[in-house]
Amino acid sequence: MSLLDVRDLSVVFQRKGERPFTAVDEVSFSVEPGQTVGLVGESGCGKSVTSLAIMGLLPKRGNKVTGEVNFDGADLLKLRPEDLRDRRGRDIGMIFQDPLSSLNPVIPIGTQVAEVLERHRGMDRKVALKEARELLDAVGIPDPTRRLKEYPHQISGGMRQRALIAIALACKPRLLIADEPTTALDVTIQAQILTLLKQLVDETGTALIMITHDLGVVAGLCDTVNVLYGGKIVERAARHDLFARPRHPYTHGLLNSVPRLDSPRGERLHAIRGSVADNIPWAEGCAFAPRCDNVVDACLDGPPPLEPTANGGDLRCNNPVSEEVAVP
Amino acid sequence: MSDPITRPTVGAPRESVDPSAVTEKPEGTLPRGLDRLGERKRARLEQLAQATADKGGVSLVRDAFRRLRRNPTAMVGAAIVALFVLVAIFAPLLAPHDPAQRFDELTRNLTVDNIPGASSEFPLGSDPLGRDFLSRMIHGSRQTLFVGVLATLIGLALGVLVGALAGAFGGWVDNILMRFTDVMLALPALLLAISLVALASRSSQWTVILAVAIVNVPIFARLLRGSMLAQRESDHVLAARALGVKRGAIVLRHMLPNAMTAVIVQATLTLSTAILEAASLSFLGLGDPDINRAEWGLMLGVDGQRYFEVRPELAYFPAAAIIVVALGFTLLGEGMREAIDPKSRR
Repeated sequence: MSLLDVRDLSVVFQRKGERPFTAVDEVSFSVEPGQTVGLVGESGCGKSVTSLAIMGLLPKRGNKVTGEVNFDGADLLKLRPEDLRDRRGRDIGMIFQDPLSSLNPVIPIGTQVAEVLERHRGMDRKVALKEARELLDAVGIPDPTRRLKEYPHQISGGMRQRALIAIALACKPRLLIADEPTTALDVTIQAQILTLLKQLVDETGTALIMITHDLGVVAGLCDTVNVLYGGKIVERAARHDLFARPRHPYTHGLLNSVPRLDSPRGERLHAIRGSVADNIPWAEGCAFAPRCDNVVDACLDGPPPLEPTANGGDLRCNNPVSEEVAVP
Repeated sequence: MSDPITRPTVGAPRESVDPSAVTEKPEGTLPRGLDRLGERKRARLEQLAQATADKGGVSLVRDAFRRLRRNPTAMVGAAIVALFVLVAIFAPLLAPHDPAQRFDELTRNLTVDNIPGASSEFPLGSDPLGRDFLSRMIHGSRQTLFVGVLATLIGLALGVLVGALAGAFGGWVDNILMRFTDVMLALPALLLAISLVALASRSSQWTVILAVAIVNVPIFARLLRGSMLAQRESDHVLAARALGVKRGAIVLRHMLPNAMTAVIVQATLTLSTAILEAASLSFLGLGDPDINRAEWGLMLGVDGQRYFEVRPELAYFPAAAIIVVALGFTLLGEGMREAIDPKSRR
């Protein structure tokens, strides 16, 4: 049985007097224990809203969440708020994008790590602080005893993200959701943090949902990849298949847009035409149609269905990129 | 600085560490050159470690304090406040006489149009009842400090309670509390304070304190509510919620401490207005009716006003004291705001 099974998750934002906006549209995917799953897509495609909906962290008002989020036999969307709160941090950890603003600026690092241990594992402050030291050591923070007493603004960005990882993994959760964990970091630190995440995930057997717009992160870390566009999954494939043979024109375009060191000098960078603003609603056809090079008449008749592909993935496209066309 | 002759001395301390380290080195197994380099590196590292070691962490508070110390106007304010507090604490030791005692030497010549002036025993002369004016001025600082601090603290406590409730719960709780504070803010502060004092059946020191406190509640409440709402949307509160931290703990440990900075700064500024408001109430005769109590507002209002033509000092000194002390708190408060507010950091 899957550890996490998301079924037809939809999030609709509604504001009085405005047209409702569907941020996440019938997204389904599952995560096996110990597996790393990527959620990829550009800004505004619904990656972060999906993760917040799974955690039950969306604001109470102004949105409607439907579908099922089965985690360990229980539907998280139907749990009482108190029960869900008990699971957050204990069974599901989360790492956010900006490590500085995700740490409380007025509380020392050690206390922040200790807080989650006190909360979920019933430790008293002294034991929790000792454990916090071990955790900081485990995520590669040098001189952890001293760092325990320091405030977030006193340590470097990379170390802050390490501290956040330590907090997220403190209770040994079975699932970790990382929402663009490297976006706010330097490139060199990004590599360190990804290596650390990979190592910790391998060691502890924690499943990981990696939310990112960075295909390099996906290439290095994820087992399966879900590509989101306009709130819907447009392609799902194993990592290798996705990079070797992207089928959806959007995925293909994304991979083509990555600048390559071995491309001829003076060649223009590839880009996908238009912008997200050109999207049409899914109800009227494929949201990507206005930007797509492979667009056919059927694309504007209605949303294409998500259909299984030959190599075990799923694809939502009427006219996919042929398998022979590999990424240059 | 770029003089080529003086330049090499920059590296001098490092050279001076090296020789001793090298000569004391026992015969190692490593090649001499490599060992020496390692030794040198280690010495340099040690030196660097020592240079940075005892600094430890710089907390937000210490950081703000450092900035505060570099601000001359804030330091002037701090000096005034410090002097004022010291005088208030040590008033019984500083004052030459009992402030309530009427002295025969002074009452002897006391008439409606003659109030004895300075003498060697009474440096500021007499007040209209034959008491030592200097002692009364010194003891007045106690009263001012007591009323100002207590009114501010009570106002702060109530304001924080109201603001925290409104900010933490939002919704209808927020609506009701904030409309109520809007009503209070719509009335001029002094007018509201006068009305509150007038409500009490018998005026005393405590009615003044409470009135001034209540006038300041909406200011604190509104300020805290705003920053609580901002905190509610912040990433670290979202992160705390993602960790399953309970609601009460989120409000008390994650939102409130981060939202309090603005309120604490406001408290310093409120101290000065509280002193002015308390003095105004006494001046208008709405304060403590006890004629023996030395209070600057009362001294200014009753003695100073009535005998202004006989001895204007009776008005000048209390007025100057009130102004200077209020100014001190304002300067200090403004300095603190600048030091803590990240936007005005230099």
